[in-house]
Amino acid sequence: MHIYSSHVLVCSGTTCSSKQSILIIDKLKDGIKRKKLNEKIQVITTSCFGLCTKGPIVVIYPEGAIYSNVTLNDIDEIINEHLVNGRIVKRLLSGDNNENNSYETADFFKKQERIALRNCGVINPEMIEEYIAYDGYQALGKVLTDMTPEQVIDKVLDSGLRGRGGAGFPTGRKWLFAAKAKGDKKYVCCNADEGDPGAFMDRSILEGDPHSIIEAMAIAAYGIGSDQGYIYVRAEYPIAVKRLNIAIKQAKDMGLLGDNIFETDFSFNLELRLGAGAFVCGEETALMTSIEGKRGEPRPRPPFPANKGLFQKPTILNNVETLANIPVIILKGANWFKTIGTKKSPGTKVFAIGGKINNTGLVEIPMGTTLREVIYDIGGGIPNGKKFKAAQTGGPSGGCIPASHLDVPIEYDTLIELGSMMGSGGLIIMDEDNCMVDIAKFFLEFSVDESCGKCPPCRIGTKRMYEILKRITEGKGEVGDIKTLEELSETIQAAALCGLGKSSPNPVLSTLRYFRHEYEEHIINKRCSAGVCKELLDYIIIPSDCKGCTKCIKVCPTKAITGMIKEPHIINQEECIKCGACLEACPFGAIIRK
Amino acid sequence: MKSIAELDAIRKKALNNMKVKKENQGYKIVIGMATCGIAAGAKPIMSAFIEQLEKRNISVPVSKTGCVGVCRLEPMADIIDDMGNKTTYIMLTPDKVEKIVQNHIINGQVVSEFTINSTQAIF
Repeated sequence: MHIYSSHVLVCSGTTCSSKQSILIIDKLKDGIKRKKLNEKIQVITTSCFGLCTKGPIVVIYPEGAIYSNVTLNDIDEIINEHLVNGRIVKRLLSGDNNENNSYETADFFKKQERIALRNCGVINPEMIEEYIAYDGYQALGKVLTDMTPEQVIDKVLDSGLRGRGGAGFPTGRKWLFAAKAKGDKKYVCCNADEGDPGAFMDRSILEGDPHSIIEAMAIAAYGIGSDQGYIYVRAEYPIAVKRLNIAIKQAKDMGLLGDNIFETDFSFNLELRLGAGAFVCGEETALMTSIEGKRGEPRPRPPFPANKGLFQKPTILNNVETLANIPVIILKGANWFKTIGTKKSPGTKVFAIGGKINNTGLVEIPMGTTLREVIYDIGGGIPNGKKFKAAQTGGPSGGCIPASHLDVPIEYDTLIELGSMMGSGGLIIMDEDNCMVDIAKFFLEFSVDESCGKCPPCRIGTKRMYEILKRITEGKGEVGDIKTLEELSETIQAAALCGLGKSSPNPVLSTLRYFRHEYEEHIINKRCSAGVCKELLDYIIIPSDCKGCTKCIKVCPTKAITGMIKEPHIINQEECIKCGACLEACPFGAIIRK
Repeated sequence: MKSIAELDAIRKKALNNMKVKKENQGYKIVIGMATCGIAAGAKPIMSAFIEQLEKRNISVPVSKTGCVGVCRLEPMADIIDDMGNKTTYIMLTPDKVEKIVQNHIINGQVVSEFTINSTQAIF
């Protein structure tokens, strides 16, 4: 038997034949013969492949390449490229090969709009050329050669861009104050000290597109008349730090940082400062104190940083995501930016979705998208068919949004009305198995740990609140606890020194607002219906369902379960530590948590 | 940097360099190398791609990029062809890489069971 190295299969079913497949076979055979390959390559006529709408179909083995919609004009290319040179003719590959396999086509991306994340996952962050290829530094060039500092600030003001760090202060106004402030030296700072639990938007931008931050900071510096910038980035982001260092060096080498950029009088230098892991250093005045080399503690405002900031000089501090929007706004214009999002909150917002949701990850959505769309259309809903209970935004400064407000559009003002806040972009989804008192306790514990200790309301107040919450979750709650929590919250909100302190009671207040009944259940009935607070639970064996298999006895770490084989077992509540091992081990579902 | 013209020249050159070229088998491999990717094992995946390509003596550029947001499907890699088509492979392992190099890079056949829109990925 003769062995061929390649087989060319051509469909000669009715449909393909009607589209000249017979002529294609002839032309293929002819061409192969002319190349003297007929000893090596066999052309085979086959019956229908079932891809009739894409016919005529030609399949070449051993590669298994499926060419569709082949015409007589394609034959020479197939012979020369594929059969002679061994290169697949990609242009002719059947559609299935090309469509719907990239991440952009996944449902997860369909409702997203990428501005801040435009280059993340697209360019190589360690090559400045790739950033430039995607219009990088064009905005800086335009600003320096074509616009006055006033025009730059006007454009940012006009765009309506608001700070993406959480509070939503208009970025243009911040810049305007600093531009008007008198000072021989001014500073531009970037807040990359992302500390909210579960949030990683800024990290992704710094790691995926560091040059966009450098470019935006240079634009800001030109706008306010500064020549020195600092990026305050947390040391826990080693890859971001590494890529920022590479990016700064590349920008300097190319003359995009340094003296007389674009042969103008404008000079700008940029340095990194690493945070050492204190949450409070994400607060603007504490961050600046930390850059100065002192212990990171907030100071009272006013004076505001725009007048007296870093080293007592006029300073602007912008969040990473805010800055990432700037070059695009300069290039595409304020009016374009305003077409995205809502009137009061133009543009997009990046969220890190986590918790009880199918598609955890990072999403950038236009402002005004509803929570329902984010959770169900983008996030893919709640796993295991569980019911949505609440979404937590804004981390330890934010609050919870219950199911009844799922259709509220996400923007700065609506979230504040709901008792939460935009925050930097952490979005934690909770289902019916989450206890809201426990959630509030978790965030309060975070605030207690991270309080810098400078002002008593935050240092002592959050600690007392945490102690009360801890008591409630342990079944030692007393009537009146809720009132005390509310009073403490009000005091802290009114008297704490910095924004982080003032907002630290928010998780408690918002859960009290929407889930007061859960607090009452814990305090009065000593029950946790979500089944989270251990001290309020009992594990019980239902005698009628227990077959006496002894599996639970074997796994119990405290030997709290007793019973004879084939007889119902009993859990000794005194010894039980409520670890749940027996519940998992029971093959009959005879153990319940109550 | 002296002028916009200079910037534009760099831009044009860089765009050209980023194009997928015929002599590179008509492909380019881009691996997600943000913290999420690296934590999920993107570094061994990059080595696996390089090793597989070297073993078969073919030169296809292997590049890195940031996070696209679906961190739970990392390690991920995009294979971009000279027509601009992008195929995103998810949850890669060195074994999957071998199959992808063999079937996709060499034979032009997308390994659909490893792509982002395969049934494995719950969307």
